[in-house]
Amino acid sequence: MTTATIAPARVEDTRIGLAGTFRHVGALTRRNLMRIKADPESMFDAVLMPIIFTVLFVYVFGGAVSGNQDAYKQYMIPGLLGQTGLTLAMAVGTGLNSDFQTGVMDRFRTLPIGRASVLLSKMAAETCRALLSFVILIGFALCIGFEVKTGPLEVVAAVGLSLVFGMSVVWVSMLLGMALRSAQAVQGVAMLVLMPLQFGSSIFAPTNTMPGWLQTFTKVNPLSALADASRSLLNGEGPLAHPVMVVLVWSAACTAIFAPLAVARFRKRT
Amino acid sequence: MTRIATAPNDRGTTAGNAVEVRGIVKHYGSTKALDGVDLTVREGTVLGVLGPNGAGKTTLVRVLSTLIKPDAGTAFVGGYDVLRQPKQLRRTIGLTGQYASVDELLSGYENLYLIGRLLDLSSRDAKARAAELLERFSLTEAAKRPAKTYSGGMRRRLDLAASMIGRPRVLYLDEPTTGLDPRTRNEVWDEVQRMVAEGSTVLLTTQYMEEAEQLADELTVIDRGRVIANGGVAELKAKVGGQTLQVRAAHPAELPEMARCLHDRGITSATVSTDTGLLAVPITDDEQLTTVIGVLGNRGFAIVGIDTKVPSLDEVFLAITGKPADTADAAPSLAKEPVA
Ligand SMILES: Nc1ncnc2c1ncn2[C@@H]1O[C@H](COP(=O)(O)OP(=O)(O)O)[C@@H](O)[C@H]1O
Ligand SMILES: [Mg+2]
Repeated sequence: MTTATIAPARVEDTRIGLAGTFRHVGALTRRNLMRIKADPESMFDAVLMPIIFTVLFVYVFGGAVSGNQDAYKQYMIPGLLGQTGLTLAMAVGTGLNSDFQTGVMDRFRTLPIGRASVLLSKMAAETCRALLSFVILIGFALCIGFEVKTGPLEVVAAVGLSLVFGMSVVWVSMLLGMALRSAQAVQGVAMLVLMPLQFGSSIFAPTNTMPGWLQTFTKVNPLSALADASRSLLNGEGPLAHPVMVVLVWSAACTAIFAPLAVARFRKRT
Repeated sequence: MTRIATAPNDRGTTAGNAVEVRGIVKHYGSTKALDGVDLTVREGTVLGVLGPNGAGKTTLVRVLSTLIKPDAGTAFVGGYDVLRQPKQLRRTIGLTGQYASVDELLSGYENLYLIGRLLDLSSRDAKARAAELLERFSLTEAAKRPAKTYSGGMRRRLDLAASMIGRPRVLYLDEPTTGLDPRTRNEVWDEVQRMVAEGSTVLLTTQYMEEAEQLADELTVIDRGRVIANGGVAELKAKVGGQTLQVRAAHPAELPEMARCLHDRGITSATVSTDTGLLAVPITDDEQLTTVIGVLGNRGFAIVGIDTKVPSLDEVFLAITGKPADTADAAPSLAKEPVA
C-alpha cells in the first residue's frame, strides 16, 4: 500500500515585486473606477461642487468682497482648485471605511497581494476623480468669463500642485477612514477638518481685514499658500516661488507622517 | 509497499494533513472566542466544524485565513505557518466567509476577473477563468448584472466561485448555507460535493447536523471556543443516535403490533405514540432502514407517511455533553438568519 504525501510546499519567492504591485494596483484601480461607473451619484460632489462653489461665491459675495465680480473671479477661482482637491481627498476615507464594513476587504486580505496596493489604488482612482473635477472647474470658470492670463503650462502646473497637495491629504483621510467606526463619522470629522481650513485661508477673501489671531492661522494654513501659488500661476502676478515651496513642504511632511501611519493602521487591521 | 504518511516533514507538520491546528487561543477581552482548539483536516477530505452561534467557528476560519492573529498556538495550512508564512499560505487557500464578500456594485464577471488579476493570472486567463466559473455556477446569464441585484443564493454561488479562482488546495466555507432556502441550500451542497470530488480539501463550518452529515467525512464539534467532540461522522452519529425514522400509521391501534413485529426482527428501540400516531425508530445505518420498511410492508400494515429526522444540534449537544448548548440561538431553523 502506498500512502501519498502532500506535495512539499513549493519553495517560491514570496516578494511581490514591482511588476506584481503594478498589476494589482491597476486591477484594483479599475475596480474603483467601475464602482464609480456603477454608482454615478458618487460623482455628484466631484462634478457639481466646483460649479456650485463658483456660482455661490462669485455672484453672492463677489461684488461685496472685490467691488466687482470680474475681479473676484480672478481672485477666487484659482484658490478653488486647491479647495476642490482637498475636499475630494477627504472623501477617500469614507470609501475605505465602507470597504471595511463589507466583506470585500476580507477577500482582498486573503489574497497574496501587497498591503499597500489597496491604498495606492484608492489614490489612483481619486486622482482620476480630482482631474475630472479640475477640468469641470476650469471649463465652467472660462464659460463665465474667467481669464487665464498666462498659458496652458501654468494651468497644468496649478492643477498639478493642487493634486500633489490633495494626494498628501488622502493619507490623513484614509487614516480617519480606518480609525473611525462608521462612514458617517468619517464624513463628520472630515467636515470638521475642512471647514476651518478652507474658510480660514486666503481662498475666498484677502486676509488683511481679519483679526490678528485669524491672520496668524491663515498664514500657516497651507491652503492659503496653495491659493496664492495658483493665483500667481494663472494671473501671472504676485510671488510664486515662496508659496509653491510652502505647499511642497507641507505635502511632503503630510505624506511622510501620515502615509506610514495609514499603512501601519491598514496592516494592523489585517 | 511503502508507508511514509506519518513522517513529520521539515515544516513540523505531518504529511497528509492539509490543516493542522494545535492549541489555538484567541481571546477578545473576557470572551474566549477560541480557547485551545486542536484539529486536523486530512488532505482531500472534508472536515465539518459543528457548533452553535458564538462557538468560535468564524474566529477559527479567520485565524486559518491569516485575517486575524491567534494569541497562542500553532496552525499550519498546506504546510505553511499562519503566522510566519502568510503570503505562501494565501496562495494555498480559498475562503467563502460567513458574510458575502463580493463587491455589490460590480457585476459577477467583474468580481471574478478582478480576483483573477489579483492572483496574477494574465488578463486573458483571468477572463477565461471568470467565464468558466460563471458557467459552472450557473451565473452566465447574470454575469453582466451588478451583484447587488443577485438573490441570496446567487451571491453565495458567486462567493464560492470567487474563492475557487486560484484553484486553492484548501477551501474554507464558513456556514455556506445559513440563511438560504432549502432549494438553494441543495445547490450549494451539490457544488461543494463537486469540489471535493475534484480533490479539494474542505473545512466547513455549520450549525446543522444535517449539513455536516451530508458533506463531511469527519466532524469536530466546538462549543465556547473548545473542542467537545471529534471523529468520523459515522462514529459521532452512533454516539448521538443517527437519524430517527418516523412512520405514521393509518390505524394508530396497530402501532403496538408494528413495534412487536420489529422487535421480533431484532429492532428493539422502536417507540410508539398513539397520540400522534407515530412509530419512531432510531436508525444507525442504511440497512436498518431497509429492514424496518421491509418488515412493516411485508406484514401489510397501512402506512400513510414516512419521514426521517436528523438530530438537531441541540440533540447532538445533549448526547455529547449531557446538557443542551447554552446559546440562546443554538439550533436555528434553516433560512432564519440573514446572510448579509
Ligand atoms: N472582533 C471581535 N470582538 C469581540 N468579540 C468577538 C469578535 N469576534 C468574535 N467575537 C466573540 O467571539 C465569540 C465567537 O465568535 P464567532 O467566532 O463569530 O462564533 P461563530 O462563528 O461560531 O458564531 C463570540 O462570543 C463573539 O461575540
Ligand atoms: Mg460565524
